[in-house]
Amino acid sequence: MCTTCGCGDPELVPVELHERILAGNDRIASHNRQHFREAGVLALNLMGSPGSGKTAVLEATAHLLGGLRLGAVSADLATDNDARRLEKAGITSRAITTGQACHLDADLVHRALHDFPWRDLDVFFIENVGNLVCPAIYDLGQEKNVVVLSVTEGEDKPQKYPVIFRKADLVLLTKCDLLPHLEVDLAKLEDALARVMPEPRFMRLSARSGEGMEGFRDWVLSLRSALGRAADAPARSLAADHTHAHADGDHPTHAHAHEEGEAARSPRRR
Amino acid sequence: MHEYSLVQALVSRVEAAAREKNATRVHRLRVSVGELSGVEPDLFRSAYEVFRAGTLCEGADLEIVKVAARFACPGCGEELGRGEVLRCARCDRPARLAPGSDELLLESVELEVP
Repeated sequence: MCTTCGCGDPELVPVELHERILAGNDRIASHNRQHFREAGVLALNLMGSPGSGKTAVLEATAHLLGGLRLGAVSADLATDNDARRLEKAGITSRAITTGQACHLDADLVHRALHDFPWRDLDVFFIENVGNLVCPAIYDLGQEKNVVVLSVTEGEDKPQKYPVIFRKADLVLLTKCDLLPHLEVDLAKLEDALARVMPEPRFMRLSARSGEGMEGFRDWVLSLRSALGRAADAPARSLAADHTHAHADGDHPTHAHAHEEGEAARSPRRR
Repeated sequence: MHEYSLVQALVSRVEAAAREKNATRVHRLRVSVGELSGVEPDLFRSAYEVFRAGTLCEGADLEIVKVAARFACPGCGEELGRGEVLRCARCDRPARLAPGSDELLLESVELEVP
């Protein structure tokens, strides 16, 4: 009630919040990230247009990373075709069928982990929905973002979709085996990247011919070994059978039991 | 079209703030949208118009503050022009994005408390 004059009118109270609207997603993403790091699992988020070659890059990577335990969740609006392709290539995979949703969010990834043996992996790929817009704004808990851009998509793609390219830690320029048949100027494409990414990092490759794939393999391996050292350090605080302080009130999706689900699956490196 | 899921998150956050203060209505809310936030202000507004029906935000005006993207050199502070290579030619350092340029923030709400 208005206390100034006691007139009984309702009071208007301004409340300053200055909060990220995606704060809820960010909390779950940090939670995912903490799990991945402490289990020594390298999580990579692959984004790109439909048909840019995300699945093909993973298939080709699997051939080069034979010694590592690889897993993936593959997001698709309606099919599990990509997950089946990845399984065939030796990557333990699960489809996340998003229905009408145009992107993955941290909660979808979190829920997918519940019945997935992710702790037994060295590298966990999150193949996002084919889309250059929506996936960019959702943190999933990944260690790095990889944007897959095929050379058939045009030199100005980075400037048309600056948000997603700015979030990329690495851009893979795929289908380079097609270059002789195209009128694409790679120098222009790379210049476009430098205008949307302060520290542009890209690799030219072809999943089909294998050209340039070693570079990506080495990038993955160096990240994996850096993460492995951190995870093996004695200061690990989060065992598989931990409980979390999830209680932030407005996030009921965290009401699940890690204890039953994941600890039962013999976590490694205790 | 991720604007609907963003508006959903916005409305639940506002409702939580209203409950906290025992508010009966929300009069207005102010949101800032960075140019590189990945959010289209017009789409955000139309998603809000549809979604607010039946929520505490039903009668609440949405004010959207657009924040332009700005990149500057972390060394000399020189601001880079639109479309330029994001590296300071003088200091040879990668540019840094100014705060707010890529954010989507719920700035404030105005609540009616009985």
